[in-house]
Amino acid sequence: MKVSVNLTVNGEPVEVAVESNRTLVQLLREDLGLTGTKHGCGLGDCGACTVLLDGKPVNSCLVLAVQARGREVFTIEGLAENGNLHPIQQAFVDRGAIQCGFCTPGMILSAKALLDENPKPTEREIRTAISGNLCRCTGYQKIVEAVQEASENMAGKEAGSHE
Amino acid sequence: MSELKVLRTRAPRLDAPAKATGRAKYADDLSMPGMLHAAILQSPLAHAKILSIDVSKARKLPGVKCVVTAKEAGLVRYGVSPARYDETLFAYDKVRYVGDEIAAVAATDPAIAMEALELIKVDYEELPAVFNMWDAMKEGAPLIHDAFPGNLNAEVHQEFGDTEAAFAECDLIVDHTFRNKRQDAAFIEPHSCLAVFDLDGKLTLHTSTQVPHYVMRTVAMVLQIPVGNVRVVKPYVGGGFGPKCEATPLEMSSSLLAKITGKPVKMTYSREQVFLHSRARHEFYAEMSLGVKKDGTMVALRNKAILDGGAYTSFGIATVYYSGSLLGGPYKLKAMKYDGLRVYTNKPACGAQRGHGGVAHRAAFEQLIDTTAEKVGIDPVEMRLKNIMTTGDVTINELDMSSLGMKECVEAVRDHSGWKNKKGKLPKGKGIGMACGFFVSGAGYPIYRSDTYHSTVVIKVSEDGGIATVLTGSAEIGQGSDTAMAMIAAETLGIPLDHVRVISGDTDLSVDLGAYSSRQTLMTGHATKEAAEQIKEKIKGVLSQAMGCDPNGITFADGRVLFNGGPGDFEKIRTMYIKEHRGWTDPPSGDYLTFREAARLAYLQLGTLVGTGKYKPPRLGGTYKGAAVGTSPAYGCSAQVVEVAVDMETGEITVEAMTDAHDCGLAINRTSVEGQMQGSLSMGLGECLFEEVKFDSRGRILNSSLGEYRIPTALDMPKVKSIIVESHEPNGPYGAKEVGEGAIMPTIPAILNAIADATGVRVNELPVSSERLFRAIKGVDKYEKK
Repeated sequence: MKVSVNLTVNGEPVEVAVESNRTLVQLLREDLGLTGTKHGCGLGDCGACTVLLDGKPVNSCLVLAVQARGREVFTIEGLAENGNLHPIQQAFVDRGAIQCGFCTPGMILSAKALLDENPKPTEREIRTAISGNLCRCTGYQKIVEAVQEASENMAGKEAGSHE
Repeated sequence: MSELKVLRTRAPRLDAPAKATGRAKYADDLSMPGMLHAAILQSPLAHAKILSIDVSKARKLPGVKCVVTAKEAGLVRYGVSPARYDETLFAYDKVRYVGDEIAAVAATDPAIAMEALELIKVDYEELPAVFNMWDAMKEGAPLIHDAFPGNLNAEVHQEFGDTEAAFAECDLIVDHTFRNKRQDAAFIEPHSCLAVFDLDGKLTLHTSTQVPHYVMRTVAMVLQIPVGNVRVVKPYVGGGFGPKCEATPLEMSSSLLAKITGKPVKMTYSREQVFLHSRARHEFYAEMSLGVKKDGTMVALRNKAILDGGAYTSFGIATVYYSGSLLGGPYKLKAMKYDGLRVYTNKPACGAQRGHGGVAHRAAFEQLIDTTAEKVGIDPVEMRLKNIMTTGDVTINELDMSSLGMKECVEAVRDHSGWKNKKGKLPKGKGIGMACGFFVSGAGYPIYRSDTYHSTVVIKVSEDGGIATVLTGSAEIGQGSDTAMAMIAAETLGIPLDHVRVISGDTDLSVDLGAYSSRQTLMTGHATKEAAEQIKEKIKGVLSQAMGCDPNGITFADGRVLFNGGPGDFEKIRTMYIKEHRGWTDPPSGDYLTFREAARLAYLQLGTLVGTGKYKPPRLGGTYKGAAVGTSPAYGCSAQVVEVAVDMETGEITVEAMTDAHDCGLAINRTSVEGQMQGSLSMGLGECLFEEVKFDSRGRILNSSLGEYRIPTALDMPKVKSIIVESHEPNGPYGAKEVGEGAIMPTIPAILNAIADATGVRVNELPVSSERLFRAIKGVDKYEKK
């Protein structure tokens, strides 16, 4: 039996009827067409389906759609504003942190959750924050460098806005 | 090389913004109205006769639209090498591993498809099974394929030079045995496809593959469709690393179900199915002897291999040849003997994975060099430098090192790692090790015997002359080939990179054998360059007439056209262009004629401006049996130094630093080259320290998830120092060659040599878990052949 769920996705209110066993990643990908969130394992192992739930990174394959009721979900589609890449996205592009790109949306959202909380993380803190996001292509080095660069650029921007 | 404008830069990848925003579509992101969802029934038993299959209940389940078995699919045998077509789409007489495909279902909903699988009743008569290569080779072992007595899938015996005589003249002969474990490629995107049949009998298969061309041919053959009616389209692919190099039951059964139902059919493997399909790295057993002179000069190498192939051949014939042929360098040898066996077992089939066939034997060989150096009493770096090949050398098995920056790589990692201050001077528990390797820049021959071009490319210029679109069947799988081709096209045409688009991965666009054997930069690159040159020549012809000048004086750079190095009198052409495009927002301007205006003029005279390019290697290699495997127009090479810390109480290993130098010829895109190097190191580190696909006593995979099968995380990887060495490769486009696979070659032995340096013990079996190292340190068990 389907149940009705109200939630916010990328700032927009959404109302959907879902089966109670439907996962958040299914809701996003199949019901809302937000295929930027990737499905890599279905077991919470790979992190490709990472989204932000009330600002915290979660594996959306391990969250039931009904658990998102009344909460704010943020996906990769919500990050670029007015056609401009978010500084984290821009740094991933500039630093060559993207190869096959399948881990990228989840990786970027884990990085965002980190930088929202800790704008100037150490390399170790970055590696820890993305350690739940598996990447088989890059060896992580350019991803770590991209997060460092994004951190610097975002700090610069913030300082600039206070002037 | 200073005149290069686009190549050798760090241009951001063309596909990066799409991937960073989630807009890039992968196979599982595709859907179509009325689409059915498919699922495959796989054997729960490792070896059993199929007595009967009853699908009647499954067919009656509401929502089920089609159920197929071997009865519907037919019994066309397929595989990778035509010499070993040993698979049928569905098992009909018996199953040979847990996961062997028996039937497929298409239904209106994925859950219904899964439910239908449970309603298919299969009666089995279980047969005795074999799960390791030693048991499989025993007399009286259960036979997996009737046509292959002794479960011997393939054997290779090669000798170059007189090995016996060469060993006789050696002062010292050192032996080594080594065993790796079955690895999974663990790409993050599971296989997925969407098959669509038009009413006129044409199939379009959207699929996550490295090789649209081979998939097209296999699907056509197995489903008995004219090959011209099959189009394979590759969307973005979430990693391949080898196992996506062949047609899968997922692709063939989806296509069959689409053909029968007339509806689009989609299927995606679960992560467990990715492990079951496998086709990843074999388990190898290596037995090796190296003969040297007192001064460390290498003379002779004896190499034996046994490969646990699993239930089918897949790429295995090539694999077992590569384990021998890829040891011919990068050291000079007087003689080399190789004996390789590939054995069937009741496990998922192994195939090609990054560094195909070479990785385990390279690991054994490079450890053997270290133990030999120790016995001779010279530094491992010096030992290698003493024996190393240089540009122009030909290996004992007739592989032509037309460029080889091996010495430069060794010196670079020695100097950048501080080797001289560290080797032999570190405290117990700290160690440093090094190793080398080389790899092909594209297989010299196609998988099927053919005179086909390996790559063709079409470049088409837009009507306004502003954009060049590269059309290619080559496969962007994350390695950056689209960007590399765009850069080659931009460089050749003399236009900025953002004036080039790439449409790729579609068999309707061109012939390209695909992303395997590290071939696309060199081969697709050649074809791209040729296509761009053809366009340039056409434009020059038209311009020389219009301007009344010598075509040889016309050059293109930065999107501008130069006449004998100057602007020339192009006013008439510009005026005409602007008149034609009155009201447009971007009229051409500046002191020089633009490429856009020139290409427009050419279009007005010639029609749509198209250039075509093609490439196939010349005849390569020797004439002995199996000489084709290992041949390539060029070889990349690399050296690495690894530093480890070992907890001598627990055996826990921390890789603290890695220094990597790779000779990729001209580095088309420096960032992408480093990305390939760093990714290779990470995959090698995982295989060395913790990756192993494990089975229970009945052939079922114990760790078919990315939680239990552990690949490196960001916390497992140290900071890597990546050094690009650029020799000039005469056979590569702009002097470029491979980096995608060769970079993994030294990683495992460099780590193992560092562990030996840190602990004083050698571990001859992967993965080097802390338990395995602890036991070795304490002398609890030595590796023994079963």
